[in-house]
Amino acid sequence: MKSNEDNPITTLISSIVAPFILLFGMYIIVHGHYSPGGGFQGGTMLAASVILIRLVLGSEVGQLQFNSTWGTPLGSLGVLIYFGTGLAAVFFGGTFLNYHFLPIAQEASMKRSLGILFVEIGVGLAVMAILIAVYDDLLGEEPDA
Amino acid sequence: MHWEIEITLFIVLILVALISLAVRNLLTAVVTLTVFSFAAALLYVVMGAIDVGFTEAVVGGGITGVLMVVLIFKTSRRSSD
Amino acid sequence: MKYINYFILLVFLFLLIYASTGLPNRGDLDSVVNRDRSPSGTQNASSYYIRNAYKDTHTPNMVTAVLADYRSYDTLGEETVILTAGLICFLLLRRRRKDDEE
Repeated sequence: MKSNEDNPITTLISSIVAPFILLFGMYIIVHGHYSPGGGFQGGTMLAASVILIRLVLGSEVGQLQFNSTWGTPLGSLGVLIYFGTGLAAVFFGGTFLNYHFLPIAQEASMKRSLGILFVEIGVGLAVMAILIAVYDDLLGEEPDA
Repeated sequence: MHWEIEITLFIVLILVALISLAVRNLLTAVVTLTVFSFAAALLYVVMGAIDVGFTEAVVGGGITGVLMVVLIFKTSRRSSD
Repeated sequence: MKYINYFILLVFLFLLIYASTGLPNRGDLDSVVNRDRSPSGTQNASSYYIRNAYKDTHTPNMVTAVLADYRSYDTLGEETVILTAGLICFLLLRRRRKDDEE
């Protein structure tokens, strides 16, 4: 969205706050094993940070941070991470999404924990990219693609 | 246990929903809907479902409001009925 | 028209209040879903998760363990729905350059 006027207060506050929202989103994704949270919530917070920059500082700065052509490929990549985690378990002799058969040299419960982590990262990436892509598509401002 | 907080939140929920139905300016409707989902998130947290409340606060209070404001700027600001 | 709307709203309000009287209390240990065994005598799924979630997955947050491990097919479908929504927005809303020039 085009910023109509450069308001110094919103510019300053959002450029200070947005990196912390980004960091907090990553924390929520990674720390979902121990506290409320997980891939969906963390991905939404990452998307909220990027959309905040786009709203306040305008599309030009937002494009530098996250190009709108990346949205759909990154979303597909997130789903592929999820699906690939399940498929890796199939290739190593288990059933689909059974993290017990992942090729990691750990004990069984840690394997499942790491499988959950991979899956959460996939979900977070997909949700972030898709939400930003939906925002960009709704706005309809395409840069020189 | 926390029934006073819950009753207050329920009353706020119903009032905000009625306001967002009755108001004619769509931007006000979006803001009241954001307040609605925030009250719903607080209600979930009081009930003990922290994950659901977290999701509701982030999605309903953050992303949905922004997307609806974008839609209003792309279309019209007044309700037609 | 407006009065019909409010009438339907009131009817649904009373319907929901009537339905909520049949629900068990929140956190009621004696209700069917919270018991250790279901009425047919088998073990409930929730009590299995509560007993074995940490042992199986080494994850203290049981909600994450259920969402991403026990019920991971469900989460995969959820994510596919989100991807489909994004793709539909991409196909419907994104304008191509050629259409603008025509």
